[in-house]
Amino acid sequence: MISFTNPFFSALALIGNLASLAVLYLLLSAEFVAAAQVLVYAGAVMVMFLFVIAYVGGKADAPFEGGPSWQTLAAFVAGGVILANIVIALGLTTSGRLEEEAELTQAFGSPAAIGGVFLTNHLLAFEITSIVLLVAAVGGVILGSERHRG
Amino acid sequence: MMGPDVSWYVILSTILFTTGALGVLLRRNPLIVLLSLEIMLNSANLALIGFARHLGDSAGQVFALAVMAVAASEVVVGLGLVVALNRSRVPLDVDRLSTLRG
Repeated sequence: MISFTNPFFSALALIGNLASLAVLYLLLSAEFVAAAQVLVYAGAVMVMFLFVIAYVGGKADAPFEGGPSWQTLAAFVAGGVILANIVIALGLTTSGRLEEEAELTQAFGSPAAIGGVFLTNHLLAFEITSIVLLVAAVGGVILGSERHRG
Repeated sequence: MMGPDVSWYVILSTILFTTGALGVLLRRNPLIVLLSLEIMLNSANLALIGFARHLGDSAGQVFALAVMAVAASEVVVGLGLVVALNRSRVPLDVDRLSTLRG
């Protein structure tokens, strides 16, 4: 996905990626999150992305054109450092404790269970999320609207 | 448990996160940088849901939903910026965006 020159192909590849992640969520018995993933991500967000790509148009940069530059090399080194960081942190904190598996109730991951937890234990997070969405919507409108220049 | 062990999900999430980070570092088109950011957020979501399943605790799924909402807001703001850049005839290249003047 990150090596396509055409941003349209990148977006289509990301839709496939998000759909497969939704299937993995179903496998992890998170039905509500899987449905939200398909609706919100693979549906709404990616449609918006495709609209903006069609509006802006044009080709993206070709990432591996003309041999490796110092920037590309530095990017790969930084990516390797991030990977090593995650692996070391995970190995130090979870080594040998990933075997025992919790027993699940029948309702785990159902919309009713998620809604119950969301609106009782995590009510503040729910409200803050709604305010964040509102602020982002207002910001998007302001950024997208025609600027009146003096 | 049906399906693979939780460690496989963590490994996949690590690979996805590194892919997204490489995309952010390598590409210069802000649209593709935003797409790579989406990959990174989704890998974090996968780890959250994997551990929620592993520990039998719904709080991880609630947190994943909150991350999804934040990602949606980030996309709105990012795409608004891209459209504004395109409108003011600025080249869509993060290496050449060096002024903040509107």
